[in-house]
Amino acid sequence: MPRDILLKTDRLTKEFSGVRVLNEINLEIRRGEILGIIGENGAGKSTLVKILNGTYTPTYGQIYFEGQPVQIKDTSVAKRLGISMIPQEFNLIPELNVYENVFLGQEYQRGPFLLDTRRMRAKTRELLRELNTTISPDEKIQNLSVAGKQMVEIAKAIAQDCKLLIMDEPTTVLTAPEVETLFELMRRLKQNGVTIIYISHKLKEVREICDRVLILRDGDFVSLDPADSLDLRTMANRMVGREVGTILPPKVTPSEEVILEVAGLTVSGLVKEVSFQLKKGEILGFAGLRGAGRTELAEAIIGVRKKTAGRISIAGHERRINSPVDAVRNRIAYLSEDRQGIGILTNFELAKNVTLVSLPKYFRFLINPAVEKKRAEYYVDTFGIKTGSVYTRVEYLSGGNQQKVSLAKSLDPAPLIFIVDEPTRGIDVNAKREVYHFLHELVESGISCILISSELEELVGMANRVAVMREGSLVGILEGDQITEEEIMYYATGVTGGVSA
Amino acid sequence: MNYRDQLRTLWKKVDVEKHGPLFALLVLFILSSIASPYFLQTRNILNILRQVSYTGIIGLGMTFIIISGGIDLSVGSMTALVGGLAIMVLNYFGGGYLAIVAAVIAAIILGLLAGALNGLIVTKGKVAPFIVTLGTMAIFRSLTLYISNAGEFRSSSSLYPELGMGAILGIPVPVWIFFALAVIGQIVLNRTRYGRYVCAVGSNEKVALYSAINTDLVKFLSYVIAGFTVAVSAILLSSRLNSISSSNAGVNFELDAIAAVIIGGTSMSGGSGTVIGTVIGAVILGIVNNMLNMLGVSPYLQGTVKGLVIIGAVLIQHKKR
Repeated sequence: MPRDILLKTDRLTKEFSGVRVLNEINLEIRRGEILGIIGENGAGKSTLVKILNGTYTPTYGQIYFEGQPVQIKDTSVAKRLGISMIPQEFNLIPELNVYENVFLGQEYQRGPFLLDTRRMRAKTRELLRELNTTISPDEKIQNLSVAGKQMVEIAKAIAQDCKLLIMDEPTTVLTAPEVETLFELMRRLKQNGVTIIYISHKLKEVREICDRVLILRDGDFVSLDPADSLDLRTMANRMVGREVGTILPPKVTPSEEVILEVAGLTVSGLVKEVSFQLKKGEILGFAGLRGAGRTELAEAIIGVRKKTAGRISIAGHERRINSPVDAVRNRIAYLSEDRQGIGILTNFELAKNVTLVSLPKYFRFLINPAVEKKRAEYYVDTFGIKTGSVYTRVEYLSGGNQQKVSLAKSLDPAPLIFIVDEPTRGIDVNAKREVYHFLHELVESGISCILISSELEELVGMANRVAVMREGSLVGILEGDQITEEEIMYYATGVTGGVSA
Repeated sequence: MNYRDQLRTLWKKVDVEKHGPLFALLVLFILSSIASPYFLQTRNILNILRQVSYTGIIGLGMTFIIISGGIDLSVGSMTALVGGLAIMVLNYFGGGYLAIVAAVIAAIILGLLAGALNGLIVTKGKVAPFIVTLGTMAIFRSLTLYISNAGEFRSSSSLYPELGMGAILGIPVPVWIFFALAVIGQIVLNRTRYGRYVCAVGSNEKVALYSAINTDLVKFLSYVIAGFTVAVSAILLSSRLNSISSSNAGVNFELDAIAAVIIGGTSMSGGSGTVIGTVIGAVILGIVNNMLNMLGVSPYLQGTVKGLVIIGAVLIQHKKR
């Protein structure tokens, strides 16, 4: 094997309870390259890198690292080889501060017992300076923004000698300038000889940063080409395996009937006197920067957050909603942005997840498994959920399929008002298209949607009106021709509209 | 594939959470029948079952609490308090049939109330269940000692013992009740909305809350259920002895009940488990004790063996994950 090959896989295969999710992948990764991996949800991207970093063991197949056959039994073996991964879901301890997290499990010591905190702090400061951030080594993780936490994850990964750095969708939670910083950093790491595997759904970014792009589909190898030989269209088509049609469905004209009216809604310190109306069959977008209070507003509406002031009326009648039980009773559903933390029970079977909210609708006391199975099968069919059976635990499903289960769970009680919070975060083009068309069908059938999103394209393409929030206040509602990406950003950042920042 | 590999594949196929406890029970059963000719005698088997039914019944309620993510350390003291007060009610009404009915009703009400107290502090006070029930464990025991002046609650009824000593079709009453409650518990856990919610809350409370589940009510009810099972156990125990010792009754019941749940395959971190597993866990503990007695092992060493069984059971469950 030539010297410039860092890692090679031979017929690498993984099965989960009989379902093959990765099929005989042969791959050579060159030393010092940035290798992009793209593919739909369930294509096997995450599975592949989780085998490389020791989270999963392959069903069969061999990995060669620097020419030697290796068994990466667990993550500590991977660490020793110099393979680090920044996971999609962060793995930091919120109560500890930055340098303690960076050196967790690999602490510098003075003598056999004492921690060398000074050296760890200094090294952390150096790492963070390299990453171009102003985060202090003594800051508590829980006080950091999402981007900040990611910087700490990167610092942690490169704190020890790292030859192969795996990044699983690192930019989904970042803003544009933060992405730029990350790319600069990746280029610098590459110059220092670090090899990077970069998984993303953002094809533009993949083309920009990667040297070569590996495309997977349904666990199969599709192609491995230099990034500059691929255009976005080709990438998308190869991922899906056919021509991708128009991604956005047409907009539906809502009726004039007001279904939901929120007046003066306030949550202490987070949401300030927000008032708006939602019409029947309307998609009302909510835009804003991170921390603008959109999720908190949604949580107040469904009753998980205490409202300090304000009224909620549904179809003209004032309603008290103090818990999600009240919300479901008033036929409001919520799809959380935090899928695994709030959306689904990962250790529950698919069928049990789907009916969790709607259980009282079907069963007074005793549960009839046949009825439950039927409901689950209905959603597996209509949403095209890829699963072994309706009794598969959802932890074994891919991210996109989990999102579909989460959708099914929210929709099974037949809501009239559906609040969706970042519904396409971290899912691929095709799944996005499915979600958009699905929302389209919902509003066509007379359901009203509140679409909270940080993807401006999505808001512009989907929403009838877009409400923009800044620092807890609703600073403007855009309609018709006003809805452009620029206009939304002007309001969101405070260039125009509403109270000054 | 050689013999060892075959065994290993077979072992991998065994779903420990579902079949592990049953498998362990079978092995133990076979070993015991070989080790002692007396083990398989009907009288011995019935004796084991009767002995485990008191803490086994409590284990049924404990299963719900542990699956929902909680714990109840107060069940032992609660058994003594409820049993003692039941005997006082029995004596007050003269010890006849009606007095027994009154005592049973009083015990059940008291058990429900004591469980409700635990549940209320856990859910409304937002105090960790371990702390709450550690506190009520001390309180219930102290109240029992105070009321009886550290002595015994002695029943003056000659009818009362028939309840706990009696047998139907040759099988002791406590065993009948244990098995009947286990069947009901299994149905409630697997086939009712409440059972589903218990698993959901223990699996991830936040998801449960957002799924329009009244998580506080679910947790509260699990303590009430445990209180009910304690009351049943207290009635059976006090009627068998026709008395309750304020200092000895129910001591270490919480350990045996929790051990039965854990050996039965219920996850200590909540979210999943079975009621039938708890029954098996209780019987395993009973057989272990029985064998140790038969083999003449010092009673002082029996706790060591019990401890090893508990730790071993959990180790095997972890290994499989």
